[in-house]
Amino acid sequence: MLRKTFENEIQQVKDDVLLLGSMVEQAILSSVEALKKRDVKASEIIFEKDKEINEKRFEIENKLMILIATQQPMAHDLRLLASCMEIISELERMGDYAKGIANINIRMGDAPLLKPLIDVPRMAQIGVDMLHQALTAFVNEDIETAKSIPVKDDEVDALYNQVYHELMMYVIQDPKTIERANWLLWVAHNLERVADRVTNICERTIFIATGKMEEIKSTDDEFWHNQPHQN
Amino acid sequence: MATNNIPNHKYVIETSDLEIFYGSFKAVTGVNMKIERNKITAIIGPSGCGKSTLLRAFNRMNELYAGTSIQGLVTFEGEDIYAPHVDPVEVRYRIGMVFQKPNPFPKSIYENIAWTARIHGYKGNMNELVESSLRQAALWEEVKDKLHQSGLSLSGGQQQRLCIARAISIKPEVILMDEPASALDPIATLRIEELMQELKKNYTIIIVTHNMQQAARASDYTAMMMLSGEGERSGTVIEFGETNRIFTNPKHKRTEDYVTGRFG
Repeated sequence: MLRKTFENEIQQVKDDVLLLGSMVEQAILSSVEALKKRDVKASEIIFEKDKEINEKRFEIENKLMILIATQQPMAHDLRLLASCMEIISELERMGDYAKGIANINIRMGDAPLLKPLIDVPRMAQIGVDMLHQALTAFVNEDIETAKSIPVKDDEVDALYNQVYHELMMYVIQDPKTIERANWLLWVAHNLERVADRVTNICERTIFIATGKMEEIKSTDDEFWHNQPHQN
Repeated sequence: MATNNIPNHKYVIETSDLEIFYGSFKAVTGVNMKIERNKITAIIGPSGCGKSTLLRAFNRMNELYAGTSIQGLVTFEGEDIYAPHVDPVEVRYRIGMVFQKPNPFPKSIYENIAWTARIHGYKGNMNELVESSLRQAALWEEVKDKLHQSGLSLSGGQQQRLCIARAISIKPEVILMDEPASALDPIATLRIEELMQELKKNYTIIIVTHNMQQAARASDYTAMMMLSGEGERSGTVIEFGETNRIFTNPKHKRTEDYVTGRFG
């Protein structure tokens, strides 16, 4: 087989993307866990560890640049390497959402949670499961799975909707809860964004495998139309 | 050769079921191509797949080698260039050629162009023709003060541009280039590629190249040639399309293997 060295380097990049993905999965789950337990120390560690995610992203980006410059990838190789650029950027942003959740826990200080967290950890778990499956589909270039994952975004959206309405009920009953409700709403919003970005990774996987760049239909827009504060 | 010269016609050269033979050996088979006007078409493929043979069929240059023949059709501006009444020499005026190794005549830079033009019956202002040909070949500034030095005194890249100037001095419509930069260093190569972008405003260019990056950088369309099928020794065009697509999303598995370097 010609280009054995290049093949190995491509495999290394894929492994690196998976590693970055698992760092992000860990960050998301532990940021919600720390919030649930109101463990500020743990959130401070997660906040700091986001730097490692960013560094890993730049390290992969640098490797990709060198491969593109020195190996002149074409066709499938080119689509793969160009898409990896996009995927690591998505992952890094997901890491930022985890950092944002950690930051909320830190800023909440001594204030207790407005309500016990049930749906929020569920959103996090679904989002992380989606991400995990999306990265597996990416590595295997499994188009069918890549197409099926974004459907699960509806569950996350439904949970977000539920959290939103619940929190609004608290605010209506007692306007003094507005700040604590707002914190939790931000947490849920960050998790909702995670699931959206998983869809982008699935789109890239389909592009790598087929060369077709198309948007997977998301119900995101419909979600916003259903919001009570929208027209 | 009397041609139906319709300048707005989109395709300059077309082939239909073209087969090219060396004696009884079929070197190229089943080529159906349409070469678009004022575009650069690259022909790529592994060694021995018939790229140069196909290129030379476009201006009947193959006939200079004994025993070659074709079947099928090659048209230029809608006319069969292999029809009995067609003079191959006139075909080669209108469809010029630049070769792999720069081959200036052992004459002055000026005479390389003037002599060529004279034997083709040019009667106009020779100084003007020499200057405009050298300018079009992006060589004028480098040689205007030494026009009477030998063409062989120039660097390889300059000699190749002199050959391009000589080819365009007789105002062809198409320029065939057979590995025009393979004997040149990277800077001279880029200069030739830049020149091709200028030339395509006035000419149609077909280039054979071993350098895939060159095809990717410089051409509008790419034809991928391979030996056809198992056990066969005939070359054919397995995929032909826009260069941007061929190098990002080829349809054919063998094209994919070749452009990503997995062929062989």
